[in-house]
Amino acid sequence: MSSIKQIFETMEYGPAPESPNAALAWLEEHKNKFGLYINGKWEAPISKAYFKSISPSNKNFLADLADAGEKDVDKAVKAAKKALPGWVGIGPHARARYLYAIARQIQKHSRLFAVLESMDNGKPIRESRDIDIPLVARHFYHHAGWAQLMDTELKDYKEIGVVGQIIPWNFPLLMLAWKIAPALAMGNTLVLKPAEFTSLTALLFAEICDQIGLPPGVVNIITGDGKAGAALVDHPQVNKIAFTGSTEVGKIIRRATAGTGKKISLELGGKSPFIVFEDADLDSVVEGVVDAIWFNQGQVCCAGSRLLVQESVAERLYAKIKVRMEKLRMGDSLDKTIDIGAVVDKVQLKTITDLVKIGVDEGGKIWQPSTACPTDGYYYPPTMFTDVSPSSSIAQLEIFGPVLVAMTFRTHHEAVKLANNTRYGLAASIWTDNINMALDIAPKVKAGVVWINCTNVFDAAAGFGGYRESGFGREGGKEGIYEYVKHKSNDNLSSKSLLKLPAKNKNAKAKSNGAVSIDRTAKMYIGGKQARPDGGYSTTVYGLAGNHMGEVSTGNRKDIRNAVEAAHKSNWGGKTGHSKAQVLYYLAENLYARKDEFADRISQCLDVSKQAGMKEVDQSIERIYWYAAMADKYDGRVHHTTSRNVTLAMPESIGVLGVVCPDDSPLLGFISTLIPILTMGNSAVVIPSEKFPLIATDFYQILETSDMPAGAVNIVTGPREELCEVLAKHDDVDGLWYFGSKAGSKNVELLGADNMKRTWVNYGKYRDWTDKEQGQGEVFLRFASQIKNIWVPYGE
Amino acid sequence: MNMNKKTNHIVAKKIVAATHHERNDGIPFDMDFVQSIKINLSAVERRAGTIAKRRSVKKKWQAAWLLRAITCIDLTTLSGDDTPGNVQRLCAKARNPVRLDLLKAMGMEDAGITTGAVCVYHNFIDEAKKALEGTNIPIAAVSTAFPAGHIPIKERLRQIELSVAAGAMEIDIVITRQQVLRGQWRALYDEMVLYRKACGPAHMKTILATGELATMTNVAKASYVCMMAGADFIKTSTGKESVNATLPVSLVMIRMIREYLDKTGYKVGFKPAGGIRTAKQSIAWLILMKEELGDDWLRNDLFRFGASSLLGDIERQLEHFVTGRYSASYRHPMA
Repeated sequence: MSSIKQIFETMEYGPAPESPNAALAWLEEHKNKFGLYINGKWEAPISKAYFKSISPSNKNFLADLADAGEKDVDKAVKAAKKALPGWVGIGPHARARYLYAIARQIQKHSRLFAVLESMDNGKPIRESRDIDIPLVARHFYHHAGWAQLMDTELKDYKEIGVVGQIIPWNFPLLMLAWKIAPALAMGNTLVLKPAEFTSLTALLFAEICDQIGLPPGVVNIITGDGKAGAALVDHPQVNKIAFTGSTEVGKIIRRATAGTGKKISLELGGKSPFIVFEDADLDSVVEGVVDAIWFNQGQVCCAGSRLLVQESVAERLYAKIKVRMEKLRMGDSLDKTIDIGAVVDKVQLKTITDLVKIGVDEGGKIWQPSTACPTDGYYYPPTMFTDVSPSSSIAQLEIFGPVLVAMTFRTHHEAVKLANNTRYGLAASIWTDNINMALDIAPKVKAGVVWINCTNVFDAAAGFGGYRESGFGREGGKEGIYEYVKHKSNDNLSSKSLLKLPAKNKNAKAKSNGAVSIDRTAKMYIGGKQARPDGGYSTTVYGLAGNHMGEVSTGNRKDIRNAVEAAHKSNWGGKTGHSKAQVLYYLAENLYARKDEFADRISQCLDVSKQAGMKEVDQSIERIYWYAAMADKYDGRVHHTTSRNVTLAMPESIGVLGVVCPDDSPLLGFISTLIPILTMGNSAVVIPSEKFPLIATDFYQILETSDMPAGAVNIVTGPREELCEVLAKHDDVDGLWYFGSKAGSKNVELLGADNMKRTWVNYGKYRDWTDKEQGQGEVFLRFASQIKNIWVPYGE
Repeated sequence: MNMNKKTNHIVAKKIVAATHHERNDGIPFDMDFVQSIKINLSAVERRAGTIAKRRSVKKKWQAAWLLRAITCIDLTTLSGDDTPGNVQRLCAKARNPVRLDLLKAMGMEDAGITTGAVCVYHNFIDEAKKALEGTNIPIAAVSTAFPAGHIPIKERLRQIELSVAAGAMEIDIVITRQQVLRGQWRALYDEMVLYRKACGPAHMKTILATGELATMTNVAKASYVCMMAGADFIKTSTGKESVNATLPVSLVMIRMIREYLDKTGYKVGFKPAGGIRTAKQSIAWLILMKEELGDDWLRNDLFRFGASSLLGDIERQLEHFVTGRYSASYRHPMA
């Protein structure tokens, strides 16, 4: 051992270990063996199976954990179900008190949580102590507030029911907090399954629930592997699944729950760009890179793993990063002087090692610091690849390790293109001293979170979640709350179509009043032009009474393809709220001018009086007005986050949205589903009601006269389910709304999983479009948009 | 490395402090580079706010580091009521900053632990010289109408010359803040070149008075201009501004030192001054220097604390290390 005199000369760091004793004592108290926390009790697993939890820093054994089987999961779900009425019944204030108590309890035991987390996961104690655990407490405080405010701020909403939650191993307790806090606040009960590598802090959390006297069954924690997760996903009494993890598993969950009506929120993988412009403060950029990719060993879903640098400063920046990498210290997770701990498991270590090898084989220039990598646990050194192109595997695949890949760009246009050249869309970091540049790029990057001149900043008051295959749903902020509630009107939806069949089928043939009328050919409407169907077929359509109404084009997959391409070319999304409103009002104006014609059409369709038809036209005009009014009012928020910055929560369009319109209320149903999509700046590919398509084809004449830009609305008539399937499988369609059958709903969710479409389906339930509660509202706008949180720190 | 050195600057005839590196002779004024400097305050604060939490020194490492900190202190008195008496006391403390029994307990009794310098007003140079006779402790004198600097340039230069002649081996000068606030970078450079010339063999420590420079970008630009003009040290504050040395300001300045090193090969010293009162703070600064610049900046030829009460807290911490008992300030001889 070196003497003070020697240290005085070398000025080295010594060991600064955080003591594991309290955490070890807690494990011993439990005899290093844990059951399942079900209905407020520790239960031995019915499966009788256990698995071992070890510390990745040194491979030491920590505990035996119950390996929940299907029966255990069932038991836990039933406990949650049983606890639900009571938890709902105690009301917002009582729930707020419980959440507040949880927050306090976590703060009181913060060091125990931090030490346990670092031992279990391998992350540096500095991170669990200074980042994870404080964010956990903050999340419960923030949501204690939402619990309190539920009956005023969310009075049209209610709990979803029993929620199944499956969380990953990278931020075990933080992900637990992100899941549990909003679920409890909104009156749901839950079953949570932590990741098998990192269950310990969840078990300590269960004890806290006990300590504060949380009613039994409200929170159930079951440990186990993917089988337990699958059982939870499949359980019929689970009303919602919230999952954070890989995109691969996210898709499996999407498919498994398709058509069941289970609400899901998925927070999945990423390959987030870290964009550096030449005017950025490069020394600060370097620290940003450290926070982006060497935080938590790079095992961060939103890690800034793709460094995109403007060519003019690339070499300087690489040089600075290399110097900085030499200073990164690796070691035991409980050492207070380390930057990088162990990766979570040997499996992950192998994944990283294999991907880096591929990177080298594909010609990437690898850089690792000269410092030695510890060998007693699962360690991987910080790594940077330069000379990487977008076509390299390591530029596309999520590595989930401390590996940065760097590329250069020439212009900001190219930076955006490179940034978006990925299936993912979780986060992005933009570094520039130019606010014009920053605020220009931020909306253009496909990502749910954009950090300007900072990275990996989180807060309970701001939403977090992805675009594209990074999943959907948000966690944090008011946008996150909606994942744990449903609109009260959902309970009133009908399980039968509201179409009233006429008393007797007239089976009328084509009406003839003696005079020869001029044939009117209903075409499709694509890219602002009337278009003949690719196939050259037409289908005859009849009114509800069997009356012949005419022919419509029989669209096929090529027509859908053309419509999607046209939709992408539209400039509708770039319009301001005001100018979108102007076009929508104009639509209403022109519809009003032709109300007689539409009233007649409705009466033909439904075999109702013209007066009834006129009523539907009037309601449609009013609905357009409502959305036109909202076009410049459904806006974002500035979140009250905890650091010095403006956190903008902006609703953005989803992109190209398909919509399969309902049969009920042929005009009003069409209007009620199309207009909110347009209001939020999406372009639409509409498959009108198969029964009453002529209303939609009549409507394109109104579109043509109302300054609606080409491609904003595209109408493809034809066999609904067949066309819908083409849309559902189209990878360049970003979202799909479906108002049809139960089977069709399932199909949309199933097929939409491949590119993680934002789907909204009716599961065969029918809305009364004439009822404003069911037929219009912010719910529609929310489904037509996604929230992007832009963090803008300030100060000079 | 770009060794773009200007040769017509004066070359130091003797290096006063024990230096392991070449003295900064300055480089020609480079306006383009100055204008390109950008500092992002929020990002700087984030780094400064976490750096001392990423590292920790405990037990004997902490003791060794605190002793190192003592050797980097410019033990300072700059008050209107200074007298020969308190300057003598200060010097005595500089010679023997830590109780001998404590040094012995740490095996450091023969390590020659003294403070890095004493820092006084011009009028006390003589007194200090007498009091420090027989030691290698340099005397630093504040100059150029410290702290505000608002007298004619000729007088400022004369002050420097007088102090050097009186035996000051380090001259702590103040920059003309208005040149920074008005963007007169060339004027600042020219003035610094004159100061440096006047300093002759004495080392020039340029006080930026960062608390009065408004922005971090200004701090960075001023740091760089002073180094271009040949500063041996850049120093945060006079101790008289309302905000003195902070970690974020220090981070900005030492990153400029690094930038200058990369461009020229010259190592320039750094001196945070004002507001550093606790042992814990001193460790944070040492960590900052080690992480951002390297071990060379953990020695007093390149790093100083401008402080008066810091030493007292370090002494108490050292006694705690030796005895395991929390100490009291009256147990340590006062300065």
